[in-house]
Amino acid sequence: MSGTYLGMPAFPVAAATATADGRLRANLTHATRTIRGKRAAAVAELPDWAALRAAGAAVKDRTLRHLDTYLTQAEEAVTAAGGTVHWAADAREANRIVTRLVRETGEREVVKVKSMATQEIGLNAALAGAGIRAYETDLAELIVQLGDDLPSHILVPAIHRNRGEIRDIFAERMADWGRPAPEGLSDRPAELAEAARLHLREKFLTAKVGISGANFLVAETGTLVVVESEGNGRMCLTLPETLISVVGIEKVVPTWRDLEVYLQLLPRSSTAERMNPYTSMWTGPGESDGPRAFHLVLLDNGRTDTLADTVGRQALRCIRCSACLNVCPVYERAGGHAYGSAYPGPIGAILTPQLRGTASEVDASLPYASSLCGACYEVCPVAIDIPEVLVHLRERVVQGGPASVGGQRVRLKPARGHAAERAAMRAARWALDRPGVLRAGQRLAARTRRLHPDRLPGPGRAWTDTRAVPEVPAESFRDWWQRTGGGREAGA
Amino acid sequence: MSSRDLVLGRIRRALADVPRGERPEDVPVPRDYLATHSPADAVELLAENLADYRAVVHRADAAGLPGLVARLLAARDAQTVVVPPGLPEEWLAATNAARVADTADLTPRRLDAVDSVVTGCAVAVAETGTLVLDGSPDQGRRRITLVPDHHVCVVRVPEQVVDSVPQALARLVPTRPLTWISGPSATSDIELDRVEGVHGPRTLEVVLLRE
Repeated sequence: MSGTYLGMPAFPVAAATATADGRLRANLTHATRTIRGKRAAAVAELPDWAALRAAGAAVKDRTLRHLDTYLTQAEEAVTAAGGTVHWAADAREANRIVTRLVRETGEREVVKVKSMATQEIGLNAALAGAGIRAYETDLAELIVQLGDDLPSHILVPAIHRNRGEIRDIFAERMADWGRPAPEGLSDRPAELAEAARLHLREKFLTAKVGISGANFLVAETGTLVVVESEGNGRMCLTLPETLISVVGIEKVVPTWRDLEVYLQLLPRSSTAERMNPYTSMWTGPGESDGPRAFHLVLLDNGRTDTLADTVGRQALRCIRCSACLNVCPVYERAGGHAYGSAYPGPIGAILTPQLRGTASEVDASLPYASSLCGACYEVCPVAIDIPEVLVHLRERVVQGGPASVGGQRVRLKPARGHAAERAAMRAARWALDRPGVLRAGQRLAARTRRLHPDRLPGPGRAWTDTRAVPEVPAESFRDWWQRTGGGREAGA
Repeated sequence: MSSRDLVLGRIRRALADVPRGERPEDVPVPRDYLATHSPADAVELLAENLADYRAVVHRADAAGLPGLVARLLAARDAQTVVVPPGLPEEWLAATNAARVADTADLTPRRLDAVDSVVTGCAVAVAETGTLVLDGSPDQGRRRITLVPDHHVCVVRVPEQVVDSVPQALARLVPTRPLTWISGPSATSDIELDRVEGVHGPRTLEVVLLRE
């Protein structure tokens, strides 16, 4: 694994490798099962959970349907509070803005609190290209960064690593990035966390620039909210002189009061806690408290294309809690890397092909990375109907159709590799419209049933890699009905 | 065209399905969730939930507070304690620990050498076991409750205690720098084992002060 998602194989290929990795599957099974149980208990504490969930979905729907209004309101409020707002149409522009802002401070190092948005745009690599070193400070992100690895879970990015692997990564790599790991480091979680504390404290105390994402941006007040556990977020948001927050445009919520919904939904869905240990809220740069300069970078990068799809739009409600990952039978076995983006699991399977389009092989494969069991929809705290969007995107992959790409309305062609499927569906439609043809075909199939292979030839081969071809019955249902009168006659 | 206009233009085109005359308020938001889950005794629940997330809970009245604070600092062998500018003087009347003032020239590195910090709080949430600091004079800047390893937070009960998150937000001023604290710093990033104390204070002691 090297630090990029570019050129990753399609989901089935990546998943085939991942599912054969016994250690990975053991790590994942343990982790997802543990957190699943805890989450259910945390949610059960609130008798009004269903009402909170409905409100959480509705507030986001209201926001999305009037996103321009709320973004300009947020921009005004942040500016009035002394912050500077930047708009980035895509990843490249966001990276350029952040790089320029860091350069203007004269610094060559930044501390970062874990952020999905900056992972999505590949900010660390862009900064490195400009000679700026970005230090990830979330423990799991640190493990990923030191291991030259990629995150595999939204909440617990190093969920695929067990304590032994983490110990080895710390012992071998910490010295390359700063303070080395203590001699004789064991694999006890407390000792590993202490090693991270010592390693990172130097960075926190000297850093002049911090980079963050945000969980929420309140339009009414211009307040940004970061929810975390370790305190690395507080460090990055408090001690540097300059703070740069990269925030997806869908993170805005209309009012201060709306936080009452999400601050109940998010911690319980995500870490299965009544409340996460630390939440920081700030409105502009503080006079004497916290960074003296604050920059907000509002990121589109495919979000407006997602917004344009009336079925897929609901994916933008996502508050990145990761509950859908932990209940997903496919994620549990395949792991996060197979999804080929910063957003793994069921939400990644609908978000990534909308943010990036379905042109690449991996993106076109994602709507199929699901059994459509519906568990993700059930746990989603903002009621995103993930299965509905998956089916919708499958249709887009196979048939093409109208979509928005880079803000332009286009007519997509069917994705490559789905020609056979489309031809089969077309043939089926034709035959099903013609009863005579259908009957003749069924009889022919029945008579030749002994000759059918177990595996399909040609493009159907992939399908039969993991499934047996269904057996053709000796007689079609229609023929049986006609012969027996619906089973009333003898021989039924 | 600026990126701002580009993005806003894309948003407006993307929302072609939204009727022109629709106002945000026309999208209904059902607010039939509860404003409080009505705990029988909010202070008791606060104590219980704080302890559940490994904060250490103490109780005192005004007369007993200075002695308690002195004992808590002594138990940690604290030589130095950061003091917000508006902390009631009598709270620290009985301790020998040297006071460090929360002033502009208190650099992170100097702060890192301080043993403890004592603060008040703005509001505490019973249902979640959460303390909220808002930078008021008895709480000081955000950094002083972050860098030292030991935080003693005094909560006036019952007046600073609310039942729920909705009640807490209604009491807070959004433009103030706000820090919500639920138990000491913790991580579950290694095999989901909870470990206390990564970067924030490893020990959080809460004094429920009945006046």
